[in-house]
Amino acid sequence: MSTATAPATGALNAEAQTSQKAESLWSDAFRRLRRNRVAFVSVIFLVLLALAAILVPILSPVKYGDQDYTAITQPPSWSHPMGTDDLGRDLFVRLFFGARISLTVGIVVQFVILLIGVPAGLAAGYLGGKVDTLIMRIVDILYAMPNLLFVIIIMTFLRGVLGQEGSHGALVDTLSTVDAKTGGLIGVYIGLGLISWLTVARIVRAQVLSLKQKEFIEAARALGASHWQIMFRHLFPNTIAPIVVATTLGIPGAILYEAGISFIGLGVIPPMPSWGLMISESLDSMRSHPYMLIFPAAALSLTVLAFNFLGDGLRDAVDPWMKR
Amino acid sequence: MQRRAFVIRRILLLFPTLLAIYTLTFLLIHATPGGPWSQGEKPVPQVVLDNLNKAYGLDKPLWRQYVDYLWNVLHGDFGPSFTSRSRTVADILSATFPVSLQLGLVAMAIAVVFGVSLGLIGAVRHNTWVDYLSGFLAIFGISTPSYVVASLLVLILASKLHLVPTSGWDGIGSTRIIIPAIALAFYPAAVLARYTRASMLDVLTADYIRTARAKGLRSTTVILRHGVRNSMLPVLTVAGVVLADVITGSFYVETIYSVPGLGRYFVDSITRRDYPVILGTVLLFGAVISIMNLIVDLLYPLLDPRIE
Repeated sequence: MSTATAPATGALNAEAQTSQKAESLWSDAFRRLRRNRVAFVSVIFLVLLALAAILVPILSPVKYGDQDYTAITQPPSWSHPMGTDDLGRDLFVRLFFGARISLTVGIVVQFVILLIGVPAGLAAGYLGGKVDTLIMRIVDILYAMPNLLFVIIIMTFLRGVLGQEGSHGALVDTLSTVDAKTGGLIGVYIGLGLISWLTVARIVRAQVLSLKQKEFIEAARALGASHWQIMFRHLFPNTIAPIVVATTLGIPGAILYEAGISFIGLGVIPPMPSWGLMISESLDSMRSHPYMLIFPAAALSLTVLAFNFLGDGLRDAVDPWMKR
Repeated sequence: MQRRAFVIRRILLLFPTLLAIYTLTFLLIHATPGGPWSQGEKPVPQVVLDNLNKAYGLDKPLWRQYVDYLWNVLHGDFGPSFTSRSRTVADILSATFPVSLQLGLVAMAIAVVFGVSLGLIGAVRHNTWVDYLSGFLAIFGISTPSYVVASLLVLILASKLHLVPTSGWDGIGSTRIIIPAIALAFYPAAVLARYTRASMLDVLTADYIRTARAKGLRSTTVILRHGVRNSMLPVLTVAGVVLADVITGSFYVETIYSVPGLGRYFVDSITRRDYPVILGTVLLFGAVISIMNLIVDLLYPLLDPRIE
């Protein structure tokens, strides 16, 4: 592998010398990440899973809710690689529809987190004073709030609002449509995002606190840059590396949370499958049909494992001073 | 003197935090459509609804309910439960919280023993197969939710091998605690292992460790006396948070193994809109989490005199 990529690496190095330092950090990081075998295998696994999740509605002859009464609780076989459940639904197909749910939740929640956490952290760190105190108080309060309760209450609240008859303006209608298409999970996205931005905000704030004393910020201020410009043009790009790591490590957390909420029966609306729901559906017949539990549980664990490995690898890659 | 002022300030800060949690929860549950009485199949007649609302003070304006409940809580009265008519919230909390607390403490003990040793072994045998194995076990623990662990343990230990009962709770002296405690300990153990390893690796490269080795101390003495002691500080911070999480009960583990703890009760109370139970539990959780953080913050300077 090293001989094949040598010219490419050389080209990157040459480019890095002429361009800015930020790019050399990323090409450097990418090279280190590629050398990390576990992280590399995780990326391949996740890419394959994502492909399968995207393609399953096109490739699969049956849908996630289709029942075949002639094939109930069948153990794994050639026609049903992961068997069927007590309603005669193909578990292989359901597993990959479940992957759509899990991957979507993992990624969408991170967007909500970034949308709140980054500006909050930038403002707290850069503006300081009362703004900082206020934001950090909110962070402290939300840290003391039981997460599961918060998410469930937000979900119930949103479900109540979105479920009402009639039109309530464009925003609510759009959200309702999205909600219906994603198996009723918009409450999970928003609720989980609203409670999970705290860590990102803290990371960004800590970075900004150490960066804002640096000369380049002073220079920007001397040149007459506004607070807004300094925060988003000068400070934000320098916090991206830890944000990327935190975001990658946040994905598995969000996936586990959705699975947990669907496991309780409050998440995804059946017959839409979610790995958490599939696990909870398997519990009654676990003793006679353990495969119903094993496959979704393995899928969930492996996916979360892969994101964790990737996140760890990224952290090591962007932080060359970390001790191995 | 300064220290004392800091401690008092931190303790006083508990109250606004709890008040904010109360306010936020109150607003959220009352903004949520539906109420505690609309749960059955048949619609309840309006007269009955009005009477119920009147009996539980739900007919009063919201600000009144907000102030009333707060006032009662300050006097130690957490109100009646809407769904179990014969029990008050205080009854429910005092019956279920000790169960979750006991289970949580046992799980925490397991997590500390296994997690810290796993992390230490990984750090001491850095970059060997032992390190990789311990790292893999830790990341596996983080990636496997407690309900999967609990279900698999029931499947293997109880259903197949018949070593322990399949469900229930008999206090800490019984074999029934084994499965829920292990399932609950899995994640915290993994988290502690990761923090311990990172912290220990940090410590082992410090100058004083080199000095200790250079003056000819035995390797075990260096690791145990100089290394472990100093590496436990960052671990303590995480341990506080993890402990708060573990003793407030896990809905998943308690439901799967039929443990009559707080975690199981709590989720039911949300779906049934049992307002006083929700508010009481949230206040209890919030207090436990805040107090844990406070204890950790106060212990910190005692364990490391360099911290002001």
